[in-house]
Amino acid sequence: MIQLDHITWKTGDRVILADVTIAIPANTYAVLMGSTGCGKTTLLEILCGLRSPTSGRVLLDNVDVTDLEPRERGIGYVPQDLALFPGLRVREQIGFAPKLRGVPPEELNQRVNRLAEQFGIAPLLDRLPDMLSGGEKQRVALARALAAQPKLLLLDEPLSALDESMRAEAVTLLQRVQSEHSLTVLHVTHSSSEAAALGHLHLRMNGGRMEVE
Amino acid sequence: MTLNRSNLCWLALGLITAGYLLFWAFLLGATATYSTPDSWLKVLMSPEIRHATWLSLVTCSLAAGFALLLAVPVGYLMSRREFRGKSWLDAALDIPIILPPLVVGLCLLIFFQTRIGKVIEMAVPFTYQLSGVVLAQFVVAAAFAIRTMRGTFQHLSARPEDVALTLGCTRFQALWHVALPAARRGMVAAFCIAWARSLGEFGPILVFAGATRMKTEVLPTTVWLELSVGNLEAAVAVSLFMVALAVLVLVAVRATGEKV
Repeated sequence: MIQLDHITWKTGDRVILADVTIAIPANTYAVLMGSTGCGKTTLLEILCGLRSPTSGRVLLDNVDVTDLEPRERGIGYVPQDLALFPGLRVREQIGFAPKLRGVPPEELNQRVNRLAEQFGIAPLLDRLPDMLSGGEKQRVALARALAAQPKLLLLDEPLSALDESMRAEAVTLLQRVQSEHSLTVLHVTHSSSEAAALGHLHLRMNGGRMEVE
Repeated sequence: MTLNRSNLCWLALGLITAGYLLFWAFLLGATATYSTPDSWLKVLMSPEIRHATWLSLVTCSLAAGFALLLAVPVGYLMSRREFRGKSWLDAALDIPIILPPLVVGLCLLIFFQTRIGKVIEMAVPFTYQLSGVVLAQFVVAAAFAIRTMRGTFQHLSARPEDVALTLGCTRFQALWHVALPAARRGMVAAFCIAWARSLGEFGPILVFAGATRMKTEVLPTTVWLELSVGNLEAAVAVSLFMVALAVLVLVAVRATGEKV
């Protein structure tokens, strides 16, 4: 469960997030919409711990994580540009988090192969990011995030770089991922159709405030 | 192609560029034709010059290596972190670039006469020593390496490092596992630029480390020593050798794809 408790974020005199309070129940697929520059990405970064709120608290499963480092929050984050690691092969991208946590090589390989199968990217395991299409990159970024076995997944316009035909396929994939991994997902999007297809809970940012639709 | 006003403008700009390059070609051509390849070879094979060449290669590599070790963390800090007084620090880091070279040497010489400097020299002697050559090269080369690394990190998106933090990395691990592999071309460029700058360093070395034959004599010192005794042929041979080394470094930097 995600709880934002009176979160405010200011830059100079400008208030980007104004007293945002919301609770997203566990295993819910929440979609967040709002105009460009309204603070959606800032909100995700505050949830991840990449940015500290000016005031307010972030609670995950009723634990206050406001002062915790990003690595201590158990959150998977897929930014808009997907941010694959340059120079690392797909196998290394997916195995990044498990390797960091000292998972034994055999188990690490199994985990990487299982995720690669699940996301249909097994033939791409030895490729570098430059050799992947937009859709393939998106799958790798998702698999990389899920390899860390997070309870919560934050997606920042993950389908924006995909064309219309691939987008329908990606929506199905995201639905499957959310239910198979029992994830709480917060998905930022500009697309109403994407929001309608995926969202159990519809949120909108307006003038720095959060509204439930 | 008709010669309209726009084309005339480009033609004029092209002629200015060609004129400048031609001027340099004449400079190098005149130097190269001053003596014959046989006499170059004879000069370059003399024991003093071979020693100076060897010393230049070793000291430049050490100075560039140390400069890179400093440039990576400083460049990363300056590109990724906003803090009060950053613009002042940024300007301060460029001081060695704008200081007259002789002043750099003088500063080093005076520093090692202070109490702190003397304590350091008790552990590692620098003044008029080979280690002083490396230090004199390092203090200037580091500023160039820092500029290169700062530019490299600025051009790299910080997003992958952010993602690495959410995947379990500490900030140091994100630098080590994500930023550094992505910045390897920039690191090669920074090393090459620092190396080339060290190769041409003369003023600080002359003042701080001296120009003792077979001891602290590096290639620029050789050119000066040979000129001071009127041996222009030897000075030309060593200069041309340094030009060749500089061109090699330029090619290496261009191969990394980084801009100097």
